Amino acid sequence: MSETPPKVPLRDIFRVFFTIGASSFGGGVTGWMHRITVTQRGWLTNDKFLSGLALGQVLPGANVSNMAVYIGQVLRGAPGALVALLAVLAGPFFLVIGAATVYDTAIKIPGFHSAMDGIAAAAVGMVLRMGTMGALHGCRKVAPSVIAFAVFIAIGVLQWPLAPVALVAAPISVALAWPRRSRGGQDA
Amino acid sequence: MRDNPLLGLTVILVPFSLLSIGGGPSIFAPLQREVVDVMHWVTAREFIDLFSIARVAPGPGAMLTTLIGWKVAGWTGAIVATLALFLPASILTLMVARVYDRYRGREWHTALEVGLAPLAVGLIFAGAISIIRLSGNGMLTWAAAVGAGLALTLRPKMHPFVVLFAGVVLFVGAEIAGFWPIAAP
Repeated sequence: MSETPPKVPLRDIFRVFFTIGASSFGGGVTGWMHRITVTQRGWLTNDKFLSGLALGQVLPGANVSNMAVYIGQVLRGAPGALVALLAVLAGPFFLVIGAATVYDTAIKIPGFHSAMDGIAAAAVGMVLRMGTMGALHGCRKVAPSVIAFAVFIAIGVLQWPLAPVALVAAPISVALAWPRRSRGGQDA
Repeated sequence: MRDNPLLGLTVILVPFSLLSIGGGPSIFAPLQREVVDVMHWVTAREFIDLFSIARVAPGPGAMLTTLIGWKVAGWTGAIVATLALFLPASILTLMVARVYDRYRGREWHTALEVGLAPLAVGLIFAGAISIIRLSGNGMLTWAAAVGAGLALTLRPKMHPFVVLFAGVVLFVGAEIAGFWPIAAP
């Protein structure tokens, strides 16, 4: 191609992702990342962003950190990914510990635990919504629904350890999802 | 592992990192089991509070592990826990991202994308009930959680803080109204 987009400086990557991380109150961070990196700065195309988002959701790890790694990698390879990851986590790291430092004082306020329970309940609501959206999107057939339900029972109800459950369920689920089509051995 | 908390954090969190399909919520159930029931690093009460703090503060909810590391071994614990949880998954993402677009449309590509989704869904719901199980007020928590989920679905643009604040008002109100005794610290 004749036009090579100018290299985004690592400094800019750090600044953008630090801001996103430090002000990512209350979730919905990927929406904001999209706005800044695609709409405002034009660092990557919409399609590229969305395929990275799908990848980040499927792979282990938080969406926010996976997206930082993905975009950083698109822009500047491994160094870009490292800078974006550290930048997006730096703010929250100190802010979350700062919030926890006042915990010992806050714990003496009457109603503190109830307030925390209220936040937890609302946050569980967000988790339920995320799970429901995932189920509507990815569990429309019998097999994936059975897998999702079995994993839920094993981990959530029976409280089995994660590793063996995932190591059994993942290959089965991936094998069931293998695209089936009649073909004579070779595909294009 | 009990003698060296930093080693313990690493040994527990690195595998969780690589298994956290669908993000932080998918490991909350097993995480709670390890750090509350097995290692006794935090009590069930502290786990709920740290979970809530991580939700209110910016950053992914998985920063809960940062707080657990901080409780267990101060600043070093916080750094070790954060790296142990975020680095392995990030390295995997980096490696996959490098080959991802090149092999788009291949069978294994589609199979991975479609096949791992139900795991994430099951794990996310498991994480939800593990948090509800920890908080003592089962029915109210369920009702509030479902209500919050519905509100967020019906009003997609509403800021999550509105829902978190409504949760605080509801639960503190319930305590004042005498639904359960004011918890002694």
